[in-house]
Amino acid sequence: MSNYSAPLKDMQFVLNELAGLDKVAQLPGYEEATADVVEAILDEAGKFAGGVLAPLNRIGDQVGAKWKDKAVTMPAGFGEAYQQFVDNGWNSLGCNPEHGGQGLPKVVAAAVQEMWKSANMAFSLCPLLTLGATEALELCGSPEQKHMYLPKMVSGEWTGTMNLTEPQAGSDLAAIRSRAVPVGDGTYKIFGNKIFITYGDHDMTANSIHLVLARTPDAPEGVKGISLFVVPKFMVKADGSLGERNDAYCVSIEHKLGIHASPTCVMAFGDNGGAIGTLVGKENEGLKYMFVMMNAARFSVGLEGLAIGERAYQKAVAYARDRVQCRAIEGSPAPVAIIQHPDIRRMLMEMRSRVEAMRALAYTVAAAHDTAARHPDAAERAKNQAFVDLMIPVVKGWSTETGNELAYLGVQVHGGMGFIEETGAAQYLRDARITTIYEGTTGIQANDLIGRKTAREGGSTLKAVIALLQQTQAAVAQQTGAEFAAIGKALATGIEAVSRAGHYIVANFGSDVRGVSAGAVPFLRLMGIVCGGWMMARAALVAQAKIATGDPDPFFAAKITTARYFADHALAAAPGLAQEIVEGGASTLALPEIMF
Amino acid sequence: MKVLVPVKRVMDYNVKARVKSDGSGIDLANVKMSMNPFDEIAVEEAVRLKEAGVATEVIAVSCGLANCQETLRTAMAIGADRAILVDTDVELQPLAVAKLLKAVADKEAPQLIILGKQAIDDDANQTGQMLAALLGWPQATFASKVVVADGKATVTREVDGGLETLALSLPAVVTTDLRLNEPRYATLPNIMKAKKKPMDTLKPADLGVDVAPRLATVKVSEPPKRSAGIKVADVAQLIAKLKNEAKVI
Repeated sequence: MSNYSAPLKDMQFVLNELAGLDKVAQLPGYEEATADVVEAILDEAGKFAGGVLAPLNRIGDQVGAKWKDKAVTMPAGFGEAYQQFVDNGWNSLGCNPEHGGQGLPKVVAAAVQEMWKSANMAFSLCPLLTLGATEALELCGSPEQKHMYLPKMVSGEWTGTMNLTEPQAGSDLAAIRSRAVPVGDGTYKIFGNKIFITYGDHDMTANSIHLVLARTPDAPEGVKGISLFVVPKFMVKADGSLGERNDAYCVSIEHKLGIHASPTCVMAFGDNGGAIGTLVGKENEGLKYMFVMMNAARFSVGLEGLAIGERAYQKAVAYARDRVQCRAIEGSPAPVAIIQHPDIRRMLMEMRSRVEAMRALAYTVAAAHDTAARHPDAAERAKNQAFVDLMIPVVKGWSTETGNELAYLGVQVHGGMGFIEETGAAQYLRDARITTIYEGTTGIQANDLIGRKTAREGGSTLKAVIALLQQTQAAVAQQTGAEFAAIGKALATGIEAVSRAGHYIVANFGSDVRGVSAGAVPFLRLMGIVCGGWMMARAALVAQAKIATGDPDPFFAAKITTARYFADHALAAAPGLAQEIVEGGASTLALPEIMF
Repeated sequence: MKVLVPVKRVMDYNVKARVKSDGSGIDLANVKMSMNPFDEIAVEEAVRLKEAGVATEVIAVSCGLANCQETLRTAMAIGADRAILVDTDVELQPLAVAKLLKAVADKEAPQLIILGKQAIDDDANQTGQMLAALLGWPQATFASKVVVADGKATVTREVDGGLETLALSLPAVVTTDLRLNEPRYATLPNIMKAKKKPMDTLKPADLGVDVAPRLATVKVSEPPKRSAGIKVADVAQLIAKLKNEAKVI
């Protein structure tokens, strides 16, 4: 029913041919990430995802996490699967070897994370949050905090949470009210309520380490007065054993549209005298620390869009092959499998091409992240960091919006059966829905893209990306044949659209910020499809080179066909989006508020 | 006690086999390859013997193309200590493999050789038996339970009528059946360590074995398609058809 088979071949292709795994493996500290080791890792991760995590996806959805007496119980099987996940070392994949991690690059972690998320998105959020908390402590924690928490969080023996949101402080964290009162012994008592805390409580591990944003008594108003604290569920003694239960409880969980197995907790800190916490880094710097990690978290949520799209695609293909209904439109002796009908083909190609484009873009950005972190040349690091910063909102915003569209198409391919929960296609649609919301909505991503990442720097990184796009287009123009002619033409149109919209944004952001911002999400979409088209064009060029050397693998011809589809269908929308951005701001804002 | 585990690289069990258009064999171009599942059970059993303190060293050996190295790395990721590749591009038949393994066994002097009862590609079910005969060692095939103690292996076998238990003096050859164990998922640290474990490469000539095929494949074809069934009018007609057409009663 709900089989998941990791798309190893495309993952390997993207890692080796597009993202440049070989170059990443030359960076200091990443020497072990050679193609053969990475292939073995992906193989085994694929088995684990398909054999252990995917079978729990349905039960996780149907039963969900349960709350009783200030504690959360996970659906049957999740605890065992988590233990196995930890025992097999998967939690530590990308973590610092100093604390027991395997120290693999992000580009490898991205492929493996994609598998966890395809197999069981609700499960995958637990290690994801632990990773976020681990990175925060790694970056800003004191030596004592690192020693006390990191080895067990890296292994996964303890999980981590991020406590940011409060009822009045969602997208706007300046409104945080939780308080931290110094006790006098170096610790603080934390008081306040947090909502939407993913895996805030569960029964899979002995301890959870909460990272909590709160204000100290004399803190300045707004964003400049927020500090970060580490608050364990159980206090940790000097010898590492667990002590008293801390005053941090899950007082309820939310009833949600999707990801039912992921407990979304309301956390109460300090209802019984104060939760003991210690300061992470310096006072009033908390939000800055959070922003450092935000790129990683947003990237991971972008992977969720890709991962759900992949899972929905696999299910749709299986159903379309199996379901026999209606004769072929051109005539056939008997009814045929619906995969033969042109409109089903259109939907499957839509899913396939966008999944491949999202994967290529995400892994390429992950590899740039690795280069930005480890390259010996500072200029190379800066260039890659600028690329990553520009692309994070695109990966997050575009991939999650697209993931939703693909989950929608997955249901559509199933027809009436897709609307029936037993079929399983509906779960992907419901699970996908959160991805465009958490870690910054699509609107927030798009504002980041046009403001901080484009207008504020005069579009310099965007121009560098356009130059890269033009290089690929020039390489495409060297090729012969109808496929490359179509790809080249569509890419040229796409580049023109991005240039037109980019110029408009840079020129008008200062004078008409509202009008420009009204086109922020269309610009994010435009960037997504044009960068996706860029990746597909690069993939087609590699495939063509392989075919030219006599490689008979049909994968390569299929890659070119899929790139052509993306050019014909996805890239075709680029000029319209540019038009919407440049011309559409006024009508978006013209209606007086009273008319709504 | 050393344990030798021969492993074979075969088409992955999830892949649907396709016959080459000229009928000369199975099309392996661009097909995902994996360790023969029965051999994976053999590796798991050997590693469990080591974890139980019975075995001291587990050596994986594979015969075939250079990319059998990947299969050997998989065996080492599960827990084998080192590996030997007998590198040849000759199409190997069970007798040739058995001879190669005998030569490796003569060199390594293991007390136990555990291997899959058959490989899922040719389903020959011969290598283990031939190997035992060439070595002059006792053999227990289709094992569903293996206990090694006091210089003896006690092996429970799955036979048609139920279970049979044999006691073998060591050294011995054991071939595995599906229910012997459930192979573990390799851990990430072990996958990474496998790269650093030693792997020796030998040629058949180094072992003094002539691996030239003794059998010629005449033709490989798809199984005949099942034709549509028919409805019979009554029991009498059914019996008549079973008797006269199917000739099964």
